[in-house]
Amino acid sequence: MSTLTARLSSRRTRTGSVDKVVLVFGTVCGFLILMAVFGPLLAPHPPSQTDILATSQGPSGQHLLGTDSLGRDILSRLLAGARLSFLGPGIIVVVSATAGTALAIAAAWHGGWLDRGLNRVLNVMFAVPGILVAVLAAAVFGAGFWAPVLALSLVYIPYVARVVRSAAVRERRMPYVEACELAGLSAWRICTRHILRNVFPIVMAQATIGFGSALMDFGATSFLGLGVQPPSAEWGLMVSDGRSELLDGALQQSLSAGALIVLTVVSFNIVGERLSSRIGASG
Amino acid sequence: MSVSPPDAAAGPSRGRRAASPVRLLAGAVGTVLAASFVIFSSLSVAPGDPVSQILGQKATDAQRAAMRTQLGLDDPLLVRYWHWLTGVVHGDFGTSLTYRQSVSGLLGPRILTTLALVVMSAVIILLVGVALGAFGGTSQRWRPVVNGVVGFGVAIPGFVAASVLISIFAVKLGWFPTYGAGSGFVDRIWHLTLPAVALSLGWTAYVAQMTAAAVKEEASREHVMTATGRGLPRQLVFRRHIMRNASIPVLTASGLTVAGLVAGSVVIESAFAVDGIGSLLIKSVSNKDYSVVTAISLLIVIVFVLVTTVIDFAQAALDPRLRDGGKV
Amino acid sequence: MTSDRLLSIEGLRVDLPSRSGSRERRTVIHDVTLSVDDGESVGLVGESGSGKSMTTKATMRLLPPGAKVSGGLTFRGESVLDYSRKELAAYRSRKVSMIYQDPRAHTNPLLTIGDFLVEGVVATGQMSRADALDQACALLVDVGVTDAERRMLQYPHQLSGGLLQRMMIVMALMPSPELILADEPTTALDVTVQSEVMAILAEQIRERSLGMLFITHDLDLAAAVTDTLAVMYAGVIVERGPSDEVYSKPRHPYTAALLKSRPSAVKVERLETIPGRPISAYEAGPGCVFAARCPFATEECREVRPALRQVGGRSVACHRAEDIASELFEGLSA
Repeated sequence: MSTLTARLSSRRTRTGSVDKVVLVFGTVCGFLILMAVFGPLLAPHPPSQTDILATSQGPSGQHLLGTDSLGRDILSRLLAGARLSFLGPGIIVVVSATAGTALAIAAAWHGGWLDRGLNRVLNVMFAVPGILVAVLAAAVFGAGFWAPVLALSLVYIPYVARVVRSAAVRERRMPYVEACELAGLSAWRICTRHILRNVFPIVMAQATIGFGSALMDFGATSFLGLGVQPPSAEWGLMVSDGRSELLDGALQQSLSAGALIVLTVVSFNIVGERLSSRIGASG
Repeated sequence: MSVSPPDAAAGPSRGRRAASPVRLLAGAVGTVLAASFVIFSSLSVAPGDPVSQILGQKATDAQRAAMRTQLGLDDPLLVRYWHWLTGVVHGDFGTSLTYRQSVSGLLGPRILTTLALVVMSAVIILLVGVALGAFGGTSQRWRPVVNGVVGFGVAIPGFVAASVLISIFAVKLGWFPTYGAGSGFVDRIWHLTLPAVALSLGWTAYVAQMTAAAVKEEASREHVMTATGRGLPRQLVFRRHIMRNASIPVLTASGLTVAGLVAGSVVIESAFAVDGIGSLLIKSVSNKDYSVVTAISLLIVIVFVLVTTVIDFAQAALDPRLRDGGKV
Repeated sequence: MTSDRLLSIEGLRVDLPSRSGSRERRTVIHDVTLSVDDGESVGLVGESGSGKSMTTKATMRLLPPGAKVSGGLTFRGESVLDYSRKELAAYRSRKVSMIYQDPRAHTNPLLTIGDFLVEGVVATGQMSRADALDQACALLVDVGVTDAERRMLQYPHQLSGGLLQRMMIVMALMPSPELILADEPTTALDVTVQSEVMAILAEQIRERSLGMLFITHDLDLAAAVTDTLAVMYAGVIVERGPSDEVYSKPRHPYTAALLKSRPSAVKVERLETIPGRPISAYEAGPGCVFAARCPFATEECREVRPALRQVGGRSVACHRAEDIASELFEGLSA
């Protein structure tokens, strides 16, 4: 992701200036990803270590963001929680983008009943709210990390598939595809080497935007107690944990976790949208 | 929530055709039936044993077997689904194991609470979202500001908004209650204000985004130039030629919004401890009270499908090109 | 100043912002001078990108925001560029009407034809809705629409392009304007209905003795329906004069080249093409805009831009108009 944003921002826009917005928010995305990878190592305290003598403390030199109601260091939990908070949406985006792209290219290539059938299934899937599927999955498979991840991976497929399908259909009609067919290239080869390569930027843009939505939905299931379970650290869960402290005026846990979620979603959305509008502009 | 670009594929299917009302309704009923079967069958394999929940751990094997037969648990899946479906058609959603009460009786008052929440949110979304979007779409000077606000708004999940609102308006300022749905009309509105704001925040931004894009696009159309070139007053051009045409995509976005609100109320009701069907769904999942889970899930799917179908009809009513089933 | 003129454009120059947000501007019209008298039809001829459509948009003050306009643009002696919002509304709604190239794009698809036709005069308080509907019906009959009442209840997508353009003509005539601006009114139509629509438009203009500024890329068509021709290239008027004279005896190399490059209806032969590609106004250098493609160009032509001057009873912007006159006629008489 960070190499992608670096490439994007180094490419010059038509006015001749570097796109500063992508540079700034791409850097933020890069830092957040680094935080997800190395966060647990950077945590000043073990994130699950409770301290009944220092519960619900305000910020101090010892605990920069204070402690929660069990005396755990909030900063450490934020850093450590980045990993699960990113891993869930990351898996969701990779699975749904892969499945959605494969389905979309297959439908665009084959056309006919496959295309119509996929269209119909996608329309039905659009009719089912993601959070409901995640809740049902938690009911069936039990609450935890995997139930919402599986459910949301499924729910996000149509969002990728719809956009990629229309791009792949456009690509399918290109004369060069016909030339490849006449040259005797196999369908598999044309789809993977040519069509996939040409729609890939669109997949990346959709996946980047989808990451933000997935992070919000995944966080919501943890918030509801159906996703990541305590004592693991995860941002949605921390917003929920911090609610009881809100009433005592200790805002830092809920609000700092919430702020990180918003920052992540904003950054990924902006980079994704710039990406997709640039692809649109360059045809 | 992501804003999808307009389908640019210019193919034989480009000409959007309005399906006949009969086909639309048949499609809606089909979707609901398919969804209900998926919900019912997946919950039937969910862990948990209703028999021990009813009889407790001390029941004898004979008692258990009798109860299983009474509940029809040993029947094949399709038979159980059929029994459940015929019951639903007659308004019988089964019995809640936790509350020892009929599911329909349990849902009744809670539906009203959720409905009040959704309606309040929808009003906020339409008023603020459309106004903000129309403003951002017209004023070149303010467009970047509106875009910024809106881009920030769509990134705030409801449960984060809930925490922020509670900490500011309930705890610090004490203007609104923290939890509960209240009783009586005014008290209920007072109680539901913060939840409605939290629920509507992201969707308001989304509708504003869609409205701004639609207004901007419609304003650049040639026929708007015709209207301006005829010396029509600016407000009339804006109302009749820009907003009216932009209302079609805005309506589509708003419809999705209303459907999304019903699903979003699951999170918001839990955050504010509002006793509606959303929080009941989460409680029932924890309690493994599956007849309630099935009923509420079905209800949410029905609302979703209903709204989508209504939008299809409304689009045809607004756009003469769809009315004729002609090409766009 | 020729203040009694219906429309008078003097040294019009238009610069547009090249991209939203940037300060750079690009010139789309360098220097346009032309006039339209009462009852006169003036043809403005040029290739695409020559700035002819921009001229009509400037006349209606319909240029995109950020456009910079300089020069004189007067209607009956009043400066259109200095109109207040109220005066501008009156000018647009009562004095001048515009007919656009693509009637489908220029009509709101959600309004009925009837609403479209009467909207202008009703909204600006010139007529009651009932009167306007009556007048629209009468005008529809004038332009050869037989089932006027049924048509008024239909939507644009239900009408053919030719029929829709006739609706445009009716729309333009509704407020009884004094001047019609017609921007390639037949170009977007099927070839089979082009001449019919053109005939209807010309007839209506003649019957009402309205002034018309007729924009086209088709020199033959313009010569056939107008009294005066102005030939435009890269944002500059290069030749202007009575239609039949300009058409039969061009004085500017560009006009001559345009005439030579038309296919003939009676002879099959290889056409003479104009060497080089047409340039846009912002690409023009300091000299004559046509110098790069002109077979007669000299050093002076490339350095100094020629102004319009009187040569042989018309205005020509060419340094060598007198020297090359006989050469220009060659090959045309055939």
